[in-house]
This record gives sequence, C-alpha cells and structure tokens, in this order.
Amino acid sequence: MDRMVFDIAHLLAGGLVLVSFMMIYQERLGALIRVFAMHAVVLSLSVSWQAWTQDAPHLYVTAAIALVFKAVVIPGALLRIIRRMGIHREVETVVGSGLTMLAGMGLVAMSIVLMLRLTETVDAFAREDLAFALSVVLLGLLMMVTRRNAVSQVVGFMSMENGLILAATGAKGMPLVVEISVAFSVLIAFIVIGVFLFRIRERFDTIDLGALEEYRGENQ
Amino acid sequence: MSALFANPAYAILAIPAASAVLLALLPGYRLTARLNVLASFLTLLSALSLFVVERAPPGPYLLIDDLNIVFVVLNTFVGFTAASFSASYINHELETGRLTPTYLRFYHGMYQLMMFGMNLALLSNNIGLMWVAIEVATLTTVLMVGIYRTHAALEAAWKYFILGSVGIALALFGTILVYLAAQPVLGEGAESMIWTSLIARAGEFDPAILNLAFVFLLLGYGTKVGLAPLHAWLPDAHAEGPTPISAVLSGLLLNVALYAVLRFKMLIATHPEALAPGPLMVSMGLLSVIFAAFMLYRRRDIKRLFAYSSIEHMGIIVFAFGMGGPLANFAGLLHMVMHSLTKSAIFYSVGHVAQIKGTQQIDGIKGLTQSHPVLGWGLALGVLAIAGMPPFGVFMSEFLVVTSTFARAPVLALLLVFGLLVAFGALLMRLSGFIFGAPTGKVGPAEASFVPLYAHLALVLAAGIYLPGPVVAWFQAVAVLLG
Repeated sequence: MDRMVFDIAHLLAGGLVLVSFMMIYQERLGALIRVFAMHAVVLSLSVSWQAWTQDAPHLYVTAAIALVFKAVVIPGALLRIIRRMGIHREVETVVGSGLTMLAGMGLVAMSIVLMLRLTETVDAFAREDLAFALSVVLLGLLMMVTRRNAVSQVVGFMSMENGLILAATGAKGMPLVVEISVAFSVLIAFIVIGVFLFRIRERFDTIDLGALEEYRGENQ
Repeated sequence: MSALFANPAYAILAIPAASAVLLALLPGYRLTARLNVLASFLTLLSALSLFVVERAPPGPYLLIDDLNIVFVVLNTFVGFTAASFSASYINHELETGRLTPTYLRFYHGMYQLMMFGMNLALLSNNIGLMWVAIEVATLTTVLMVGIYRTHAALEAAWKYFILGSVGIALALFGTILVYLAAQPVLGEGAESMIWTSLIARAGEFDPAILNLAFVFLLLGYGTKVGLAPLHAWLPDAHAEGPTPISAVLSGLLLNVALYAVLRFKMLIATHPEALAPGPLMVSMGLLSVIFAAFMLYRRRDIKRLFAYSSIEHMGIIVFAFGMGGPLANFAGLLHMVMHSLTKSAIFYSVGHVAQIKGTQQIDGIKGLTQSHPVLGWGLALGVLAIAGMPPFGVFMSEFLVVTSTFARAPVLALLLVFGLLVAFGALLMRLSGFIFGAPTGKVGPAEASFVPLYAHLALVLAAGIYLPGPVVAWFQAVAVLLG
C-alpha cells in the first residue's frame, strides 16, 4: 500500500513536469492556454492526493482553488481576451521549440540531480516532490524567457506558481497560511495582469512586448 | 484598543492598513493628500514609541528586536517625508493632466498599502508572512510604477512585474526549503516557520538544505534588492513612475528586501557546517558596485542616473554585510541609513526639477543654481553627499566600509575603492552640468516644498559631523546581533 501511495504521488508530480514540457512546444496561444488548464488539473489532482495521504484536509482547499480558478476561470478569461484581440492563433517564440525543449531537459536533469543529492535527510516523499517542483518552476521560468507575448509570459508565470504550490504541499505540515497566500497571490497577480493587459490593449492595440521596446531615454 | 497602545507594532500596521481603505474611498485629492501625510506621521510616531514602550515578547507572527527597529524607524520616517513631498508634487501632476483625481485616490490608497506591506515584512516573525508582505509591497509598487500609463511606464511596470515575480517565486522556494530543513527538528506546523524558533535551533538543521535555501533566497530577495545581474527592472521602474515612488523604492523597498536577506543570513551563519554566506554576498555586492559605477557614465535621464547610483550603493551595503564582523556590519548599517536619507532627498529635488523643466533628460536641465537656487543647491548638495564627499554621512560610512575591509582583505578593498572612484567621477561630471552653465529648458517658478529635502540633507550632514553616542551604541548592538 505504501509503495502504491508513493507511486501515485510520483506519477502525478511527474505528470505535471510532462505537461510543462507540452506547454513549451505549443505554437498557438489558444492551445497554450488549454494546456495550461490541463496543468492546473494535474496540479489539483496531485494536491488532492497529498491531502489524502497526509491526512491534511485543508489541502483540499488548495486543490479546489487550483481546479476552479486556474483550470477554469483564468484560462476562460484569457481565452476571451485573446479572441477579442484576434490573436488566438499566434505565438512568437524567441528561440525555436527544439532548442527550448533541449534546454528544458537540461533544467529538469539539473534540478533532479541537485535536489536528490542535497536533500538526503528529508523523507523520500518530499524529496522527489521537491525535485519535480523545482523542474516545473524552472520550466515556467524558461517559458517566460523564451516567449515575447505578454499572454504567454503570464501563462509561464502561472505554471511557475503551480510548481511552487506542488513544493509547498509536498512539504508535510506546512502551515495553511502559506498555501492560501500562495493561491491568493496568484489571484492578485492575475488581477494585476488583467489590468495591465487591458491597459496595454487600450493604448497600443497589441500585447506583443516587442512592440513596447522603444526609446527609453538612452542609447541615442 | 488598549492592545493597540500596549504594542506599537499593532499601530504601525493598523494605521497604514486602515488609511489605505479610507484614502481609497474618500473623494477630494487635497484632503486625501493631507490625510496621507497625517497617517504617515502617526505611523512614524508609533514607530518612535518602540523606543519608549516596553517590548512585547516575540509572538507567532510579530517580532520586535534591535535589528528591525532600525529598519522600521527609517521606513516610517522616509515614508512620512515622502508623503509630504508627494503632497506638493501631485498638484503639478494634476495641472498637467498626467494624473486624474480618480487615479490620485488610487495612488494614495496604494501608497498606504505599500507602507503596510513594508512594515509588515519588517515586523513579521514568520518567514511565510514575511514573504506575503514583500509580495504585497511589490504588487502595489508595480501598479504605482505603471500609473502614468505612458508607453514607457507600462513597459517599465511590466518588466518590474515579471522580474519581481520571478524573484519572489525563487524566494518562496527558498522559504519552503527552510521549512523542510526545520521540520525534522522543530516538528510539523507553524513552529517551523517562526523565525525566533528557527534561529534558536538552526544549528541542528541539515546544512545541505540550508545552503540550497540560502542560494534561492539570496537570488530571490536579491532581485528585489537590485543586485547585479538581477537589477534590470530597477532603472526602468525608477525612471517611469511618479518621483515620490522612486524615492520610496530607492530609500525603502530595497532596504526591506535587504532586511529579508539579512534575516536568512543570520540563520545560516549560526550553522557551523553550512556554507558561509559572506563570500556570496561580497561578490554580488562588488559586482553591483563596479557594474553600476560604469553604467553611470552613459545615462541621459536624470532619474535613471540615480537609479544606477542606488544599485551601486546597495552593492556597497551588501558587500559590507557580506564581510561581516562588528565593524563592517556597523558600517553597512550606517551606510544603509545614509543612503536612504540622501537618495530620497535627491529624488525629492529631482521630482520638482523634472516638473519645472518638463523633462527628465539631463541635457534639458542645465544651470539650475542660477534659475532655481534653492532647488539647484539642494540637488547639488545631495549629489555631493551621495558621491561620498566629506563632511556628509555617506563619506563616513563608505570610509568605514573601506577601512574595515582593508584590514582583512586588501584586494577586495582595492576593487571596492576602484568602483567608488569610478562612480564618484561619473556623478561629479554630471553635477557640473546641473549646476554651471547657462540655464536650459523652461525657467518656470518653483512651487515646491523644500522642507523634506533639506531636512534629509541636514540629517546626513549632522551624521557626518557628529554621530551621537546613543545612536552609535544602538548601531553597535545591532551590528553584533548580525554576526
């Protein structure tokens, strides 16, 4: 039974890493947002599993927040935004997806080696969870770096937050304050982002950050 | 209510929180601007009462010790003067139509919310709470930076938001790792996130996890301190937001992030087998000093110039704390206070200069001492002070940093002196442009309040000439605490 519990936690956390990889090669914004919704669903499953095995019912709240907000509400809103702007078919990557995938693999390998070597005293559960969580965080970071579009940067940021929640729930008994705050921060972040998107849209009819890079008072 | 008076920490948090709501609801910008000053003043009074009132024992959420009193008093003081400056600054912004009354309402609410976030971060005894508070402060400043909604302001806010969130995400990962290190020793639950319990038992934690945690925390909070190579957000955010916010960013928010780094440095330093945090901090600090010193030469925008100067000075401070020991810590602490006071004074004058001239370009603001003597000399004195000229306090603290380093690591001291000299040259070169020559640009009348500007300069000057005994004793006690 113990073995089973471990394997399922492992499977779900690994699934999250896999979905992170899927996000990296999505070429179109619409598809990217849908894959992100899947990311949130996997996270929610993983958190629920942790809640059950750790016998920590408050984690179900975190799981529910992930499911409702990150898998349904936010992707829905983002899809609406990009449809209204008519940009749901495009994604420009700075680096090609093949190269990004390779970089991503490197990051995952690095985080697994790093975490497993350094955290030998922590119980195996939290250890592997943390290794996967760090991979998800780094892949989110990679996505933010390699994309130019504001919406895909936001998605990258949210997938990074998902990785953090995975890490927080994997750490056994971490106080509820922190989990709610994490979820909360995502919400606030989303509001901020939303405001920005609308402001950017209002002014420039584009959300491509490349178009925002202009004269900044120097190098002239 | 009596609890509010028994522990000033509650008042320090409650006043900004309540006024944030109040100011966001009240119409009429004249009234809210005054209320903003009043609220900041009351917060300052509560902070000062920390010296008098007997300290409450550390609770699960709040902590008051010698270290954070320095930060809280500095924070609320600059918060108060910046609010007074802001009250005279915003009139002009309304007249030119850069801000509307609705935006001002939002601006004042956000200002108090930001003060709340920073005070909470400084007072929190729970590393999770500290993280949340710094996130609140970051998000509010992001909104403030973007408040003008110009092309450049939006880009700056977006860049700040993205880099700030990455930093804050790395810091959270580090916080989780600290919890994991503490969990086997302190048990599951809230106890493992309380800083006072962590520091008491840190010697028993797993050193490998602590090391990893510190790297994440240094990179995460270091982004917010503005250390090179993670500084990219800082010049843009300073240049494009309202000037009172530039003053608060440079003078306060960078310190709050630094405070977080210092807390975790103390934690890891108590563990005998963990990696020494000093060399990491020293190299990041030194890199920032030298990098920023060279970047000072090519600036054409006055706020950007002083933003790079902030990177340089945060580098010096982190360098000093990285060296460690009573003397270097003392110097770092003093330098932090001096930098906050001087840099915010500079931004107060720059704010009015940019309003009068209608530009932030350095070429457009020559000959200030002839057209606006009071403002021009205020700026000149501020620049001389920040460049490290005696008899200002910045000279004394820089001198202390350098001499304490020379005794222990001459090579590092030489590198630091090199950086300081390069920066000194750049600032003096620019200064001659501001002061001398025929006035360029518009020569309008100055509707400014000079009190905050000169009050700060007077304090910096006084500290450079004579530092009172009790202040020295107090800073020495904190320096010992920092290890």
